Amino acid sequence: MTILETKVALRINGEAVEVPAGTSIHKACESAGIDTPTLCWAENLTPVNVCRVCVVEVEGSRALVPSCARPAEEGMVVETDSERVRHSRKMVLEFLGSGVNLEQAPELHEWMQRYGAEPERYDQYEMPAVRMGDAPKIQDNLFIRDYDQCVLCYKCVSACGDDAQHSFAIAVSGRGFGARISTEYDTPLPDSACVYCGNCIGVCPTGAIQFKTEFDLRAADDWRPDDQDVTRTICSYCGVGCNLELHTQDEKIIKVTSPSDHSVTNGHLCIKGRFGWQYVQPDEPPLNA
Amino acid sequence: MFGAGGGTSSYTEVEETDVILLWGSNAREAHPIYFHHVLKGLDNGATMYAVDPRRTSSAKFADVWLGLNVGTDVAMANALGREIIAAGLENREFIAHSSQGFEAYKAHVEPYTLDYAEQITGVPAEAIREMAHAYATAETAQILWTLGITEHHNGVDNVKSLCNLALLTGHVGRWGSGLVPLRGQNNVQGGGDMGALPNKFPGFQDIGDPEAHAKFEAVYGMEINPNPGIHLTLMFEAMDEGKIKGAYIIGENPADSEADVDHARKLLSGLDILVVQDIFMTRTAELADVVLPSSVGWAECDGTVTSSERRVQRVRAAVPAPGECRHDHDIIGELARRLGVDWGNPTPEELWDELRGLSPLHQGMSWDRLEAEGGLQWPCPTIDHPGSPFLHGWLWEDDLGGRDPSPFSVTEHEGPKEQLTAEFPLRLTTGRALDSYNTGVQSGGFENPIRYGDALDINPVDAAELNIENGERVLVTSPRGSVEMDVRVQPDIPIGLTFTTFHFPDLVDINLITNDEWDRDSGTAEFKAASIRVEKLLGPRSEG
Repeated sequence: MTILETKVALRINGEAVEVPAGTSIHKACESAGIDTPTLCWAENLTPVNVCRVCVVEVEGSRALVPSCARPAEEGMVVETDSERVRHSRKMVLEFLGSGVNLEQAPELHEWMQRYGAEPERYDQYEMPAVRMGDAPKIQDNLFIRDYDQCVLCYKCVSACGDDAQHSFAIAVSGRGFGARISTEYDTPLPDSACVYCGNCIGVCPTGAIQFKTEFDLRAADDWRPDDQDVTRTICSYCGVGCNLELHTQDEKIIKVTSPSDHSVTNGHLCIKGRFGWQYVQPDEPPLNA
Repeated sequence: MFGAGGGTSSYTEVEETDVILLWGSNAREAHPIYFHHVLKGLDNGATMYAVDPRRTSSAKFADVWLGLNVGTDVAMANALGREIIAAGLENREFIAHSSQGFEAYKAHVEPYTLDYAEQITGVPAEAIREMAHAYATAETAQILWTLGITEHHNGVDNVKSLCNLALLTGHVGRWGSGLVPLRGQNNVQGGGDMGALPNKFPGFQDIGDPEAHAKFEAVYGMEINPNPGIHLTLMFEAMDEGKIKGAYIIGENPADSEADVDHARKLLSGLDILVVQDIFMTRTAELADVVLPSSVGWAECDGTVTSSERRVQRVRAAVPAPGECRHDHDIIGELARRLGVDWGNPTPEELWDELRGLSPLHQGMSWDRLEAEGGLQWPCPTIDHPGSPFLHGWLWEDDLGGRDPSPFSVTEHEGPKEQLTAEFPLRLTTGRALDSYNTGVQSGGFENPIRYGDALDINPVDAAELNIENGERVLVTSPRGSVEMDVRVQPDIPIGLTFTTFHFPDLVDINLITNDEWDRDSGTAEFKAASIRVEKLLGPRSEG
């Protein structure tokens, strides 16, 4: 079977680039070897255009455009590193960094350095602090929610909703500084529609939602990424054949993810694949704090 | 019936299909990530009909739920076939070219009118008619099923009756159309692929085929018994008759999982020798004379497993096996050595290459390709073959390549073996819950907020009649025995039907009461249909 592909030709930072029609500007940049930061976009989710980190300049367009959502068009002229783009990305990263704890988002730190972002210069204003200072929500033994680390990228909402899980257990409640990812009526997670697939953890870019195992290791100052390995294998439950990435430290499994580019899972798992591995190491403290 | 032991389609096909019949499967809970693909199909505009006695969490996503009576699947399928023919919606060209036995099938399903089917299945004739027309007129359509089809005394007939529908409409052998049995365990497909069937060599080669026989004898340098072995259910019968006196059980827990389990436990206990190889001290292992502790196949050992879309994928060791546990293949090799045959110490890759040399289906799947390509779907006969996203494309070729056209099967409605009576007036069926798995040996290792334990789901009307409340502990009795368990009053379970999971045998020994009537061809027991009565417990309520 031959699939006929229409191509579009555009220029990115002066270079000629050709991509299949329908490709996003973000992907076109990637194919041209240009690394474009993005927080709210993921391979396995529909773009929601909220983080504004990936904006680029398109000739003839009044506003900067989100590269993750805008398809590349024939004859487009794109600038990804102009003063205007750099300035915008710097400001966006500063706003994010001034209101949220980004300690567990190393990628963001890299971008901040790249664009010279200085979130500290907003410390003199009190408003952003409204969003800070909540204790992490620990309502079960499987995962925690730390709102101080949430950048409201909506990825968890998309993964819980119609991009994958279709449980619709969470959405954004409130407005402005009061906006929060929330269960219905902020009901505790165990009483909500949540089925504990943990696909929200899988897509969270900042550690705002994370495995209880990771949270505990970090709390004990024993989370050591340099000593961790990732091994690809297949889940032991049911016959679907979900690809698992077993994250190990000191020869123990500490968390499980799935590759977003595999056709079986698209990065998503169920409660058994995500959390059901504990029987492999029954002598470890059980997941039933 | 099409000549291969595997699902015909790739998971991604269901994302692009037009009509989905989800039949006897609660994939939302039992195969959640496959159900993600189904959800994509629904989001893309597919129409889904859920055929299931229970209004399951999967059925709630369907356009239409057809809540048939337990064990009436053949009647439903035959009625669909009859309606499709009566409405002139069968694919005549496909039938003429690619099938045989159509006239006999047509005559056989003739009595299965919509009204007759409504009478047997309890599903309104109009709903059956709508599903028949939707399936037959769709450009592409798939039938998905699991144990709701196979765990009956006539499970093989159930499967055949569904295959008939695909043959009747040409919904097989094309991208987007197919027959999709979802496998319950991560390597149940791989077990069959590797010849763990009474009558097959690896790669589904028949042990009665002289050519295959000669090939295996030449490689292994010894005579191979040409007679088929027997399946698990017949093994238990043979134990009962004293013909089998010893058993070597690897990674299975029949002392918890068999229907009428009390009987199975007695048989296992009565053996002269029982050897159990497992990662845990299961109930079966507790009965053993010798226990061989093994490593965890998917996290402590390298190898392969095969999924429901025939995808062979690599498992890899991420952590070391504890204590004296050894890999399954090492244990088997050592056992052979003690019996006087030295197979050396082959690596998983070397064992895989041995298989590739013997099974044409797997020939092209080198270890390197499995690594690099994220798994491959059989058949993959040569090193440059891309693998097979779907099976039976030959049905659509002008030349069938010397193959016989695919036969229709004649299947008759029988209903469950165990009829409802005044003494046992309620139907009991069993299935899985999202967070748990089989006898709980693995899923028992973690706790979670959505776990509720085994409980008997019962309709509010039945509960009121029995004067029992949600959460109350009751006595559940079948002709084989009794268990105590909690009740969940559930509006989604039809009147007259009850349901439970089987994940906590230490708390609720549910297989004391399930039905061990089994299918003549597959050996699978009728876990889906027992007759029971539910009684209030006398005296003070015990804590559940």
